[in-house]
Amino acid sequence: MNPNLRALLLAFVVLATSIPSVAKSIRPEPETSTDVLLNHAFEEIAGQRFTAALGDIEALLRIRPNFRLAHLIKGDLLLAKARPLATLGDAPNAPVDRVVDLREEAVARLRAHRQRPAEGQIPRYLLQLLPEQKYAIVVDTGRSRLYLFQNEGGTPRFVEDYYISSGKRGAVKLREGDEKTPIGVYHVTSSLPRKKLSDFYGNGAFPINYPNEWDRRQGRNGSGIWLHGTPSNTYSRPPRASNGCVVLSNPDLDALTKFLQIGLTPVIISEDVEWLSTEDWNAERKTFLNAIEKWRGDWESRDTDRYLEHYARNFASKDENLAAWSRHKRQVNSSKSWIKVGVSNVSLFRSPGKEDMMVVTFDQDYRSNNLSNVMKKRQYWLNEGGRWRIIYEGAA
Amino acid sequence: MRPALRLAALILGLSLSALTHAQSDDIQNINRLVKQGQHAQALDRVNQYLATKPRDAQGRFLKGLILAEQNKVADAIDVFSKLTQDYPELPEPYNNLAVLYAGQGQYEKARQSLEMSIRTHPSYATAYENLGDVYTKLASQSYDKALQLDSSNTAAKTKLSLVRELISGASRQPRLSARGEPVKPGEATRPTVVAAAPTANGTGKPAVETKAAAEIKPAAAKAPEVQSEKAGTPEDAIKTVHAWAAAWAKKDVDAYLAFYASDFKTPKGEPRGAWEKGRRQRILAPKHIEVSVDAVKVKTIDGSSATVSFRQRYRSDTIKADSGKTLVMVRVSGKWLIQQERVGN
Repeated sequence: MNPNLRALLLAFVVLATSIPSVAKSIRPEPETSTDVLLNHAFEEIAGQRFTAALGDIEALLRIRPNFRLAHLIKGDLLLAKARPLATLGDAPNAPVDRVVDLREEAVARLRAHRQRPAEGQIPRYLLQLLPEQKYAIVVDTGRSRLYLFQNEGGTPRFVEDYYISSGKRGAVKLREGDEKTPIGVYHVTSSLPRKKLSDFYGNGAFPINYPNEWDRRQGRNGSGIWLHGTPSNTYSRPPRASNGCVVLSNPDLDALTKFLQIGLTPVIISEDVEWLSTEDWNAERKTFLNAIEKWRGDWESRDTDRYLEHYARNFASKDENLAAWSRHKRQVNSSKSWIKVGVSNVSLFRSPGKEDMMVVTFDQDYRSNNLSNVMKKRQYWLNEGGRWRIIYEGAA
Repeated sequence: MRPALRLAALILGLSLSALTHAQSDDIQNINRLVKQGQHAQALDRVNQYLATKPRDAQGRFLKGLILAEQNKVADAIDVFSKLTQDYPELPEPYNNLAVLYAGQGQYEKARQSLEMSIRTHPSYATAYENLGDVYTKLASQSYDKALQLDSSNTAAKTKLSLVRELISGASRQPRLSARGEPVKPGEATRPTVVAAAPTANGTGKPAVETKAAAEIKPAAAKAPEVQSEKAGTPEDAIKTVHAWAAAWAKKDVDAYLAFYASDFKTPKGEPRGAWEKGRRQRILAPKHIEVSVDAVKVKTIDGSSATVSFRQRYRSDTIKADSGKTLVMVRVSGKWLIQQERVGN
């Protein structure tokens, strides 16, 4: 083999072979998807079929003319015909940071393509969707990937996944301007069409509700975390590029837009998505639904101690800590001869991140001898040494 | 006979003499005008020439060159483009077409033409050099897009070499190693201007050609990996030519064929086996053969490759032919072997 091509091969093989394929994936990607074509080109390179690889890259560039990573690989494949290459992205006088960005994008895309979640696997976070929540989104910042699920009678069914960019400085947003992506359970709050935005946001934007109740309680601040598109001068951005937003290519954003329901579609952002078998997922779900049912029953029993057992030591509502909350509940319950609590339309999400936490939202229908009240309620439950307790409760 | 075949015969030049002499005299005169910078006059003359021989490859090639010199790029492209259609077996028109495309910044088209040129003649060094430049340029365009660089201000415009002649002359330096691989493409990035040289039947002035070629292509730029155990000397090369002629005259076909390198560029680009078979028949057919060589000159040499030209006198019971001949030789395992054989010096 031509020594130049041998060098190129080495540069790529490190990439290509360090990412093993997982045999059986959820569902095949369309043959013309960006990552399928990209992966194919890498396989051609690994198989020393350089002309075919160049053909693949050129085909990819015909559908994605602003795909910088493909241009970089094309440059390498061409330059290798003229002189030896030292590395992937061996452009003379190339700014190192930009080449590194593109290499990381290549790794992220190949890894996501080759290690797609297996058939029947469900992210741990999507324990129960509302019937009207037709779709749910799970973002994996570590893998630079967004997974879209469809709600099929309560079971999340994988639909599609997309490459994404996230915060320049990684995840777990704490402060305004820290250039990190928040980790937690959110939902899409509004839609900003392209014409209301600068080109930077591409074909549109979907703000999410960061900071949520838990974030605020943790003193996290900052705002304006969106899912959005890409400026017109590039097909995609590097894996770590945004100020905390989740960025998709414009074609991917357009595809996703069709599925998003404002105020409804959950967006769970994790640094490293955990996947469960359907069996385990069902078990987790039941355990937790039981915990809620127990809380509901204990509230109806008017045994305030049993009821308060469900609340964590560090519990706080919007304006009361556990002591104030307990006082208040004892006082209220003393005037009741009966209580009926209806809980319906329960959505249930396990929160990613350090704390072992659940976010539950439901319609609460409270009736008693002297007061009735219907509200939408949200609770955050924390696992304290094996026992689930409420750490926050309030109107949703 | 189709023009393409006549051209092939012209290259071989063994049997056809008078007819081709008349043609090449015209061509040479026009060539001289071009060299003197009298492009308008040269164009008139070549048009006159083509009026009588509209399909003549040499004339059309020259016309393309003149148009290129006059910066009539679109017209020149037209001429070379039609030449590639009529004579798809000739690498030079593809090469020149590529050079003109590259001059317009159409590197993708240039690449395709050069790849055609090389497909036609896998050992065509000038096309390899040009292709190296075009690949580099295309790569740099891709890198610019990948990395958002603007190298248009700093990068020198790629200057490729037009081939000045159709077939023969020093334009085909042996830029292939003995194994038939291109020389390190890293060394092929310097554009090579191939000097004007005499035409195919070898009546030109070799001294001019040698000098020009030597100026443009320093010896260091030539296939260093062909270095054998022992660098060849001019004396060795001349001895080899005499031995080759002797084997031919003795009708010792095996010995004769052993003088040809494994990557010998067969005259029509035919497979080695077919060429050998043809030679065997032609050498064995006559009852007797006389081959003599004189005025043997080593024109370029760098220890691993050499260009040797001489007068060749061929007599057999059927054919008499005198011609100039040039052998491009490469050093393989301490021996000089013939990589290209051309009529004309």
